[in-house]
Amino acid sequence: MSGLSYAAPTSVDEAVKLLAGASGLAKVLSGGTDLLVQMRSGRVKPDLIVDTKKIPGLIGIREENGSYVIGAATPGAMVEAHAGMKAAWPGVVEALDLIGSTQIQGRCTLAGNLCNASPAADSVPALFAAGATAVIVGGKGRREVPVEQVPVGPGRTSLGKDEFILEFRLPPRPARSSDAYLRFIPRTEMDIAVVGCGISVTLDDKGVCTTARVALGAVAPTVVLVPDAAQALVGHKLDADTLAKLDAAAQAAAKPINDKRGTIEYRVKVAGVLARRVAAIAFDRAQGFVNGKAH
Amino acid sequence: MNYIDTSLKVVGTRPIRPDGVDKVTGRAVFAADTRAAGMLWGKVLRSPHAHARIVSIDTSKAEALAGVHAVVTAADFPEIVSEEAFVGEGPMNFRDLSMNCMARGKALYEGHALAAVAATTQEIADRALALIDVQYDVLPHVIDVEAAMADDAPVLHDDLFTAGVDPAPTKPSNVAKVVTFRKGDAEAGFAEADVIVEGRYTTQPVHQAYIEPHACMATYAPDGQVSIHSSSQGHFMVRAYTAKLLGLNLSNIRVNPAEIGGGFGGKTLVYLEPVAVALSRKCGRTVKMQMTREEVFRASGPTSGAAMEIKIGAKKDGTIVAAKQILKYQAGAFPGSPIGPGCMCGFAMYDLPNVDVVGYDVVSNRPKVAAYRAPGAPITSFAVECALDDLALKLDLDPLTLREKNAAKNGTKTHYGPTHHNIGFTAVLDAVKAHPHWKSPVKEGQGRGLACGFWFNIGGESSAQVHVNEDGTVTAATGSPDIGGSRASIGMMVAEVLGVPPTTVRTIVADTASIGFTFLTGGSRVTFATGMAATQAAEKVVEDLKRRAAQTWEIPVEAVEWKDGKAYPAGSNAGAFEPLDLATLALKSPRTGGPIIAEVSVNAQGAGPGFGAHICDVSVDRETGQVTIERYTAVQDVGKAIHPSYVEGQIQGGAAQGIGWALNEEYIYNDKGQMENPGFLDYRVPVASDVPMIEAVLVEVPNPRHPFGARGVGEVPIIPPMAAIGNAIRRAAGVRMHDLPMSPPKLRAALDAASG
Repeated sequence: MSGLSYAAPTSVDEAVKLLAGASGLAKVLSGGTDLLVQMRSGRVKPDLIVDTKKIPGLIGIREENGSYVIGAATPGAMVEAHAGMKAAWPGVVEALDLIGSTQIQGRCTLAGNLCNASPAADSVPALFAAGATAVIVGGKGRREVPVEQVPVGPGRTSLGKDEFILEFRLPPRPARSSDAYLRFIPRTEMDIAVVGCGISVTLDDKGVCTTARVALGAVAPTVVLVPDAAQALVGHKLDADTLAKLDAAAQAAAKPINDKRGTIEYRVKVAGVLARRVAAIAFDRAQGFVNGKAH
Repeated sequence: MNYIDTSLKVVGTRPIRPDGVDKVTGRAVFAADTRAAGMLWGKVLRSPHAHARIVSIDTSKAEALAGVHAVVTAADFPEIVSEEAFVGEGPMNFRDLSMNCMARGKALYEGHALAAVAATTQEIADRALALIDVQYDVLPHVIDVEAAMADDAPVLHDDLFTAGVDPAPTKPSNVAKVVTFRKGDAEAGFAEADVIVEGRYTTQPVHQAYIEPHACMATYAPDGQVSIHSSSQGHFMVRAYTAKLLGLNLSNIRVNPAEIGGGFGGKTLVYLEPVAVALSRKCGRTVKMQMTREEVFRASGPTSGAAMEIKIGAKKDGTIVAAKQILKYQAGAFPGSPIGPGCMCGFAMYDLPNVDVVGYDVVSNRPKVAAYRAPGAPITSFAVECALDDLALKLDLDPLTLREKNAAKNGTKTHYGPTHHNIGFTAVLDAVKAHPHWKSPVKEGQGRGLACGFWFNIGGESSAQVHVNEDGTVTAATGSPDIGGSRASIGMMVAEVLGVPPTTVRTIVADTASIGFTFLTGGSRVTFATGMAATQAAEKVVEDLKRRAAQTWEIPVEAVEWKDGKAYPAGSNAGAFEPLDLATLALKSPRTGGPIIAEVSVNAQGAGPGFGAHICDVSVDRETGQVTIERYTAVQDVGKAIHPSYVEGQIQGGAAQGIGWALNEEYIYNDKGQMENPGFLDYRVPVASDVPMIEAVLVEVPNPRHPFGARGVGEVPIIPPMAAIGNAIRRAAGVRMHDLPMSPPKLRAALDAASG
């Protein structure tokens, strides 16, 4: 029987050393809402768990030069209670809010959702759309990468053995910018996305889109950015023609599989449906209209 | 005695539930909460294959592992001859049950138990399971019911020959039996019809999804005395099955009923108890076992999935002249689907001159089905009630009018034999008609569906004791596990008879050695049958109390009357005495004959059948295929609601389970016949926010065979929802969904197909 070691280092250096020196499988723990479930089911059998929550700065949200910085182990509930985040990044907040239940929200984190590397992760399309970056620390020091470079396949990330995410940085927000996230699930809550879609836009004062990022979840081995869908928005108001082009671009980018959560045919169609609905919410928000909450 | 016309003081009120505090504070002791000194953990090795010959099982390495005290396989159970068992709710054969608890020769489904170990810790038990070496000869498997009926299908049992066909077949097959019910001449009826509707419908197996997984703790003592703590719908059932499967005497087994965390029919048979006893017998230690949720899904019974064909013919005015149904019910790995009730219930609500129903009981490589609320009825009614809606549309008739026109009434002879008496179906339809939901206009973009349901309800053997304690409080003991509020209703009926507040009556579930035989809790029988036994026991106590008062006053017993919990002289001629209350009589009991107690055992007959009708409004998201239940009303004849809150809860719970059945619940198998969604994440029962407030409307047409007029209420409410929702979707979105679940991908595909 193999033993399981647990460590809760209080500095980045200590954590990196533990990870670098681990024999066997080492796992980074933040909220643990995926890791503990995987351990309990026997899918993951780590030899070492490094809990990052005691490292200064890992929990908390701060503002730096007009952009928000979110500690990697900050629980969902804290992000959702942050008025500044809710105003600037309602899509990121509502996506994070969809993870699990109220109880899970007390623990689950953006870093865990990203590094679990599920293509169906709810907060990840919103982070991709937001143009967020992840600050990664490890034996070779510190690097900052776009979040879309972190997951590389189902359950796999680009992080080295001795690396973990320290914090996320969201870019400064120009005027008339907003974002939104919707997922489709067969139930009304407590489920995994069949398709997810996050969109972030900036509009000019006439309501014409000047920049856009569109991301889809659960339609490929990882969450994917869809530049063609973003391109369908840029330079346009959200009219019927633009919506049709966005729908088509989202459908074209969707390369899902048939599995227990949905069929290829269905997921492709719903990717288009969600893209249209999410764009409508994001445009409304960017123009300051009262808008609905995520599904 | 019929109390229905007299003024009731307790029955029909809503006292606080007697098990409420224990349950909300976590004090209630469920089977998994039991512990014993020196207890071992038992775990089961299960087949990864859907169908395989077991070439060999080598348990030597597991036995050699430190901490392992016993390993059992089928070799540790006596081989049992084929014998029909009447112990559980559905049809079951003792030999099949034995082979379901521990595979013998072949593994018949993924999850089929092959061996079990008992070890000092759960971790050691898991490691021991991994050390058991099973050699398989993997066989082709079959999952789908119609595929299993095909000539070239892999055959599960080479000794299974279809019963009910003439001449008897010479080749084994997966069709266990064929049943037919005929009334009149269906073909002649169809020839007279102005309009005919036909359809082919399928339903998926759905699990009862009780929150508490199966669990038990068993001790086989050196003197052969066996004690079992387990959660089930019938501890006498657990005793009977365990005794038979292990070759033990009933008197040597004592089963203690634990608090039960849901059953819905799924705990009317055993999986773990005989295995735990076999392990304990082998090592002499107490053995505890509990399933994981994954095991519950892979190895315990859902209800059948089915394929059905239906044809209904009617005159222009809506009078049905002929009805025909072919039902193919999947039984799981062993024969015994609820095909019988399936053949009976669908058309039982209607007065039909010509009926032809044929049913098939079909085995395939899936877990053996178990009872699930109104076994068989929701499946057939999905087809019948959808077809009736199509008929109403075709005739341009209101769906309620169509049902009123054809509704069974007192004196209607059913197609399966019996004649209906004292039924309340037309009263239910009247209540639908009068209800604000039915009368309100359907909202823009929504559709409204109506569907009905019938269930027999049963009576049967029950025992009850009523003890007056020394201080005048009362203990009522029965042999019925409380899965739906029976402690409350039994206590209330006893309190009503005794004329005391229900808070002074404590109802308990007594173990198999402490009360007379009681058939399991199923068939919506307990409030009716056990209620009858308890009522009669309370009446005997009242007679005894009157005798004691007469003795005290030295007057004839006829001169004493019992009212509001006290003995009174029956009139001025009887003498002027101060009334004697229960506490006083209890205090004096040593001088009037000793303890005050009565026990009554009955075999109750005359359970009144139940009828229900559900109204459902839905909206459909045409782009995603998602259905939202906007409003739901469930009307049901409950005879007499003893505790209306529990009755409403039963109706709401049944409707909620039906909503899951209708919209999302299904078993997903891969090409190896392995279940891919054995957990609540992907086996989608409704979550709270999926279900609107379900309004339960209680119609009370008393059942004259019950002292207070009660009918069973727990099963009817799961019958109408699938068709009510299907009919609502049909009217909201214009498409008829023939296949359950009516999940978003299927509905979107149907909408796309309809729009070309």
